[in-house]
Amino acid sequence: MRSTLRTRRAPHHRRTTAKLAAAVVASALALSVTACGGDGDDDGDGGDKGGGKESAAAVELPKLDGQTVSVAAVWGGSERKVFLKVLDEFEKRTGAKVTFVPAQDPIISFLESKVAGGQPPDVAMLPQVGAIDQAVQNKWAKPVGPEAQKQLEKNYAKGWQDLGAVDGKQYGVYFKAANKSLVWYNTKVFENAGAEEAKTWDDFVKTAQTVYDSGVPPVSVAGADGWTLTDWFENVYLSQAGPEKYDQLAKHEIKWTDASVKEALTTLGEIFGKKGFVAGGANGALQTEFPASVKQTFTGGDQPKAGMVFEGDMVSLPISETKAEVGTDAKVFPFPAVGDESPAVVGGDAAVALKDNKGAQALLTFLASPDSAEIWAEAGGFVSPNKSLDMAAYPNDVQRDIAKALIAAGDDIRFDMSDQAPQAFGGTPGKGEWKALQDFLKNPKDVEATQKALETSAAAAYKD
Amino acid sequence: MASANAGGTPDAVLPPVPNRKSVTGTRKGMAVLFLLPALVLLGALVLYPIGYSVFRSFFDKSGDFTAFGNYKTLFTDDTILTAVKNNAIWVAVAPTLATGLGLIFAVLTERIRWGTAFKLVIFMPMAISMLAAGIIFRLVYESDPDRGVANAVMVGVHDTFAESSAFPQAHPSTESPLKSAGGGAFITREPVSAGTPVVLPLTGVAPDNMPDGAESAAAAKPDPDKVTGTAWQDFTRGEGRGKMNAPDKTEFGYAGIKVEAVKDGKVVASTEAAGDGTFALPEAADGAQLRFPASNFREPYNGVDWLGPTLITPAVIGSYLWIWVGFAMVLIAAGLAGVPRELLEAARVDGANEWQVFRRITVPILAPVLAVVAVTLMINVLKIFDLIFIIPPNSSKDDANVLALQLYNSAFLDKDAGVASAIAVLLFLLVIPVMLFNVRRLRREGRR
Repeated sequence: MRSTLRTRRAPHHRRTTAKLAAAVVASALALSVTACGGDGDDDGDGGDKGGGKESAAAVELPKLDGQTVSVAAVWGGSERKVFLKVLDEFEKRTGAKVTFVPAQDPIISFLESKVAGGQPPDVAMLPQVGAIDQAVQNKWAKPVGPEAQKQLEKNYAKGWQDLGAVDGKQYGVYFKAANKSLVWYNTKVFENAGAEEAKTWDDFVKTAQTVYDSGVPPVSVAGADGWTLTDWFENVYLSQAGPEKYDQLAKHEIKWTDASVKEALTTLGEIFGKKGFVAGGANGALQTEFPASVKQTFTGGDQPKAGMVFEGDMVSLPISETKAEVGTDAKVFPFPAVGDESPAVVGGDAAVALKDNKGAQALLTFLASPDSAEIWAEAGGFVSPNKSLDMAAYPNDVQRDIAKALIAAGDDIRFDMSDQAPQAFGGTPGKGEWKALQDFLKNPKDVEATQKALETSAAAAYKD
Repeated sequence: MASANAGGTPDAVLPPVPNRKSVTGTRKGMAVLFLLPALVLLGALVLYPIGYSVFRSFFDKSGDFTAFGNYKTLFTDDTILTAVKNNAIWVAVAPTLATGLGLIFAVLTERIRWGTAFKLVIFMPMAISMLAAGIIFRLVYESDPDRGVANAVMVGVHDTFAESSAFPQAHPSTESPLKSAGGGAFITREPVSAGTPVVLPLTGVAPDNMPDGAESAAAAKPDPDKVTGTAWQDFTRGEGRGKMNAPDKTEFGYAGIKVEAVKDGKVVASTEAAGDGTFALPEAADGAQLRFPASNFREPYNGVDWLGPTLITPAVIGSYLWIWVGFAMVLIAAGLAGVPRELLEAARVDGANEWQVFRRITVPILAPVLAVVAVTLMINVLKIFDLIFIIPPNSSKDDANVLALQLYNSAFLDKDAGVASAIAVLLFLLVIPVMLFNVRRLRREGRR
């Protein structure tokens, strides 16, 4: 259920941008076609800032004429369209024929049936955290080859490489990233209130107070969806307690009754517990689903129902359904630092080879290179974990800022904790962490009871 | 009857046939042969699954034998217990209300001119799928009065009788001379004295929401015989608070806000602020603390929390009634058409009033129909699923839980076929008495 909600972030960008972007990509492709006409030896006519040129030099791909490569991914709509553009580019460079296999969530079950049917795709884009582990355990996944490994080492921070590795062996190439540590705000509200983007948690509370004083409830919380609450907690916890503790808590090596959890909940209570800070009050928030929580922040002119909303880059999708423009009406700042550093909770789609052939490895190599990332980055709605990607490739400042924050986080990125937990604890409506944090939102004073509830259900869920 | 004769004729023509043939002249083997397809289907699709569910319910999630472990879970797990409890509420309340309302509508529509049209309207929701009805009612019960019809009505009615205040969001900001006095009121930290103007800054009212009479805030003039001061919005759009705790030109006075002077818990004087936020209290207020009574800040009434944890089950039952009252009404109306008019006329002639006629004649005659309707609805309610799947928001899903939904959750979300089977068996056991009742009643009817 939940992974469908979270990881299948369909079109991220507004339609108009998509059209524009498609045009840009199309022209970039046209250029790269000409550029790649004489494949290896094109060392530089007109240096256009788009696709092919310099990138053609960035990665060398083998000739694969006559081969076919199949790729399975859950993407649909405009995401699929852009991804097909990326694949087109691969076809042009290698001469291989690439087929896109539309998959359903959860992709592991989908692959199970494909493998059982004896026709696994060559490459699968795995959007779930545990999916790579499972694919390795089921002995489907094939390790990345030396070429792709070289690209990975060149272009990816250690943290991102490790996310795609199982037991020290590299399997996954993270192609598309999601930054889940962002605060989106209504620029008009901030202007009217004279409020500023917050760097630290204290500033954030101050900003919230200023917005509140101006007559707008500062924070929109999607309490009806438990996962937004777990994300709130994870960001505070990662920043406050640090990555080591975060990992321990994710594996349930420390208990939820730990002092660090108490501290994080108390900190969170500074926003959740302040009268008037949460739009609609706790009861209203508990009936607000994620899309509504975004929309109510960006509709209503001078008097929206809230000034800020926290969540990942997928917030731009519901925004595109309002009249607000990302970049002018809606802006974004990284989640404020509670401890020393701003947290970087991330998600992402990793390419994993399921067959050991040249075509699959070549595609992984291509996806690990900045060339492929550039194509989608220009189209928008995409953040790449690839640090070699030129920031100029992003279509607007908001996307650029999101990407910058992600790259800047370096090795301290962490995957969503509740996604790593057993589903009974971290991903079931009305149960476990979701329920406990919803009760916490209702009664933010009662930190201890929340901890106890969390620990009880965690203990039960981690056992099996 | 004619066919029985027709069937009987061959018997008469061929007397020496042994009793291997039935009255209709078919062989038993033939009968079985013809029944076989139905029996196989029935066995494969009904009996086998029932048997296997019972069997599976004694094994746990991974398939190991646990005897009655799953049944123990049914009555210890909080979520499932809520489901059992809610199911009891549903079975007790929903069919009763639906039958009762159906009866009322049926009796009333019989007497009005446009009865059929009315019946049509009541019956119409039956044509809507439960899922669509669920989505409709999700919107109806929406907590925001701008979106949910139910709350729009509640707020409309409420606001006709009690007006909301002008400054619901107003509050003292940081470093304010005011503090909370409990119950939503705010009071000055220090006692005030005549001759020294008081500042009572508040924040949180958006400029668009200011009362019409609000003007630029002004500092009050000192008056040795009076306690003077200013109550205003210490916040300018786009500028923040400017000079803290001092009225600026760009800030607005709280026109009409009530100010009370409190001495030893008693109100000694009170007044309302002018357009520029200034006010003056008589000398009696000297040495008192000034207070904004809570009535200034009364939150606008936002209606009822339909989808909250306490009201969610009644709310969903309400949507169920919307669909099924029509069904009850139509059946009962059909029964009503069969009630002999003479009886009613005779009762009226004997001097019975309408209530007595209804209570002593109509209802007893209709009793069998009412029982059919109630029992049918009971079976229907036991397996209610769609509405509860759709209407409650995630935060109150577990408060609205019922067995059928829990069955689905256990089977497909928790992937625990053991518990799910146990729930299925429990549901089956619950339906049996109702079914027996129905079967027996049918038999009695048949004998009559």
